[in-house]
Amino acid sequence: MSVSAFVTASSVDDAVAALAGGARPVAGGTDLVVGARSGKSTLPESIVAIHRIAELRGLAESADGLRLGPLTSHEEICASDVVRSRYAALADAAAIVGSHATRAQGTVGGNLMNASPAMETGGPLICFGGEVTLRSAAGERTVALDDFFTGPGGTVAEAGELLTAVHLPAPAARTGSAYLRLEYRRQMEIAVVGATAVVTVADGRVTHARVAMTALAPTIRRVPEAEAALVGSDGGAGAIEAAGAAVAAAATPISDVRGSAGYRRAMAAVIARRAIESALSRARGEAS
Amino acid sequence: MKVAATLTVNGVAYPVELDQGTTLLAAVRDVVGLTGSKEGCDDSECGACMMLLDGRPVNACSYLALQAEGSEITTVEGLADGETLAPLQTAFLEQGGVQCGFCTPGMLISATALLASNPDPTEDEVRIGLSGNLCRCTGYDGIVKAVLSVAGSS
Repeated sequence: MSVSAFVTASSVDDAVAALAGGARPVAGGTDLVVGARSGKSTLPESIVAIHRIAELRGLAESADGLRLGPLTSHEEICASDVVRSRYAALADAAAIVGSHATRAQGTVGGNLMNASPAMETGGPLICFGGEVTLRSAAGERTVALDDFFTGPGGTVAEAGELLTAVHLPAPAARTGSAYLRLEYRRQMEIAVVGATAVVTVADGRVTHARVAMTALAPTIRRVPEAEAALVGSDGGAGAIEAAGAAVAAAATPISDVRGSAGYRRAMAAVIARRAIESALSRARGEAS
Repeated sequence: MKVAATLTVNGVAYPVELDQGTTLLAAVRDVVGLTGSKEGCDDSECGACMMLLDGRPVNACSYLALQAEGSEITTVEGLADGETLAPLQTAFLEQGGVQCGFCTPGMLISATALLASNPDPTEDEVRIGLSGNLCRCTGYDGIVKAVLSVAGSS
């Protein structure tokens, strides 16, 4: 199949109209076109390029949090002072996507819609309580990222829906966060196993915790048992150990060329502990 | 069916006719006729095809040419000033950063992008920055030395 129609949308309305007519969107091309080049898939017959739509660009901080336009690149995320200081786990994740070419072209919206269980930014966006806005010709709806992924490559978004915004609420004071992955090389890599932790500490106690696992289940998802092990604790070694064990227990990894299920499960505990330790030390204002 | 488009490569506007699914690399090499950029893996892994799109790096094998309409495309042919090589190109030659030459166009573009965003990188930052560009000859040392030798000088 070859591409028989290509339009460049200049507004969200244009793009949504094209999607209603059966076109598929392309922004940075780092999944769609790469997938076609590597033979994993073919290019869609009808494509709408959304990369010129100004209203889908940029990061904006407000009193109630941070709005990321879906065209925000990984490079822009890592360069943002707001992300680095208040949403550090997201900066951790964006900084290790692909190479600098991938980060310059690849977008957060594309990363979410591609829905890889191993993608880097998903865990942080879920743990910060992120929501996305989906717009179609029929209207607009908001979906919590907790409920967004349905399986490898699958989301609740329907064919005519365009992701038009990602919203993260403002984190509480004394919140720290971290994302890290098990990797075989430092760049041009995807997570063998990944973990995100977002924790809030007050008076020596953990008052809020979000923990998510990456490349350990059909979708990136939170591990409530790990969060329960942390909340109310002193954030000491015992609680961290229990949270790591909870992640390993919740993991349902696959075996593939990058690692066996058993190896992934064993490493899940280690990577989760390290992410939690890093998030706690950031929450306490220690060097990280 | 081919569509008419204009691609601006190294400051020159080229009117072209392209299939909608044509990649930027195929358009620049086969239609515009600038063959400095190479096709290595054709899968966005090796960086041999790397170009700049409005100053930012792109693996051109995996980018649709029609998306580049309206952007400034820079290839290795655009780095030199006539017969005068860019300092980075000279450094590659002097430091042994070139052997077979296949990765060199992408390496030069990648290093140009790196230095544009981080003018005085550490060796570790250079190695990280160039990690999307594979070289099978040099062992990377000459390339890293070349980039470091011009770092901080602009």
